[in-house]
Amino acid sequence: MSALVIAPLAVGGITAALALLIWLTDRVVNNYGTVTISINGGKKTLTVKGGSPLLLTLAQEQIFIPSACGGRGSCGACKVRVETDIGPHLPTEVPYLTEEERARNVRLSCQVKVKHDLSIEVPEELFLVRRVVAEVSSIRDLTHDIKEVRFRLPEGERIPFKPGQYVQLEVPPYAKIKEPTQRAYSISSLPDEEEIELLIRKVPGGIATTYVHEHMKEGERLALIGPFGDFYLRETDAVMLCVAGGSGMAPFKSILLDMYRRGVNNRQVWFFFGARTRRDLFYVDLWRDLEEKWPVFRFVPALSEDPDYEGEKGLITEVLARYIETTMDREAPKEGYLCGSPGMLDACMNVMRRYGIPEDKIYFDKFA
Amino acid sequence: MTPDISPLALFVASIFTSNILLANFLGMCSFISISKDLSSSNGLGLAVTVVLTITSAINWLVLHYVLIPLDLVYLRFIVFIIVIAAVVQILEMIIDRISPSLYMALGIFLPLITVNCAILGVALFIEIRGYSLLQSVVYGLGSGLGWWLAIMLLAAIRKKIERAPVPAGLKGPGITLITIGFMAMAFIGFSGMVAVQ
Repeated sequence: MSALVIAPLAVGGITAALALLIWLTDRVVNNYGTVTISINGGKKTLTVKGGSPLLLTLAQEQIFIPSACGGRGSCGACKVRVETDIGPHLPTEVPYLTEEERARNVRLSCQVKVKHDLSIEVPEELFLVRRVVAEVSSIRDLTHDIKEVRFRLPEGERIPFKPGQYVQLEVPPYAKIKEPTQRAYSISSLPDEEEIELLIRKVPGGIATTYVHEHMKEGERLALIGPFGDFYLRETDAVMLCVAGGSGMAPFKSILLDMYRRGVNNRQVWFFFGARTRRDLFYVDLWRDLEEKWPVFRFVPALSEDPDYEGEKGLITEVLARYIETTMDREAPKEGYLCGSPGMLDACMNVMRRYGIPEDKIYFDKFA
Repeated sequence: MTPDISPLALFVASIFTSNILLANFLGMCSFISISKDLSSSNGLGLAVTVVLTITSAINWLVLHYVLIPLDLVYLRFIVFIIVIAAVVQILEMIIDRISPSLYMALGIFLPLITVNCAILGVALFIEIRGYSLLQSVVYGLGSGLGWWLAIMLLAAIRKKIERAPVPAGLKGPGITLITIGFMAMAFIGFSGMVAVQ
């Protein structure tokens, strides 16, 4: 027989034999049988098949731990306290855990394999998290780089969120992206609506935002997982200083419209929105209309790169400082609510600290 | 033809006089990058030794029972690499199951070994020198132990060097390469004991 036939057959045969050996080993060695996971001191007990990562095992049982990277161990979000001794932390976990977390045996659930009975502790609110496959009902351009996307939830299904929280959008594989990708977006709609609305700004090279901006079609069905996050309204009388930039407006649309609808009138509400030029402004009519209807509310848009703008000019931090200095009651207790890029948030926090707003009264949702 | 060398002599030779790292300079990249830390060096050394011993035997069997009879020795590079990759995969699964603590020690190093040229180098030396199965296993084990010894020595020396007044321009890889050179020269001192064939 010619070498042209024998060579591929031999290499193929050896490879197939080795692949079979790997498959057999996997079947035998990675068979951990049935495993019990006890959650929060036995409040919930799961009987699952062992061998998979804890994050995936819990998701299959409808308990969704937030994970921005989808289980690749690169975001450090999927932290879970494991009470059972499962050995030392893996080198892949260590960079994402503080010394205190390591001492409490907090683990990254995507890196921990379920091999034997486990006792774990997860925040109770994660039991509310749902995975819902929703239909894209509308896609609308708000600015040159921000789209408003609405998802219609299936009949009778809801994501029970507090205004300000976020969901993870699961984007399917497309073009060169071979795996589904999850990314977190703040919800801009109201909790009792049948639709979930997200404001999505295009990030150059971003996997999920490129999909939303260039591939997503109305009528398509995508999974939403949520709610997550601790960015929501604290019910006090303090003056609310809300600051957003770009698609950071999303949680405020939900929080502020919900407050207006519930008739909250016991506190002043300021909403500062920073943009570069006029083409980055959106929903201005919505906020102006709300200003007229809701006496405690003021909307202050500011442009940093448009000297001809008739409204406030300059960086949002400068405008914020100016308003605190000149227009507001310096003595009144205040709370800060911030959503936007890390740079903008840090700068706003400095301003707020300078004007005496305590650190623990500044709530924020930082874009990672 | 099988060389006339006793397994014991081959074992000693592969560790000392023909150390795979210091005589043949194979497996240098992980040798330099991992030797900053003693416990990592120990883990990698153990992993290299286990993989080398097992793949030496399997590659010998594949060579003598498949490649030589079918006149396909020219395919040995690709076949040896496939065998090494598969063995590493299987070992990873088995170690994870039977000894999680050992898996923790080796975990991240095992996949690295698939691309460690010392492993392929040993498989090719075995083929070139025409070792028997026993000689191959002994040579594989000895080479692994030699690699382990060398990386542990280098890691220990680098620990000392950390506190030494090394000129700024030589710090890091520079002084490490010079150290390896000295180590290689020191190992030449063993060469009169026994020669590998």
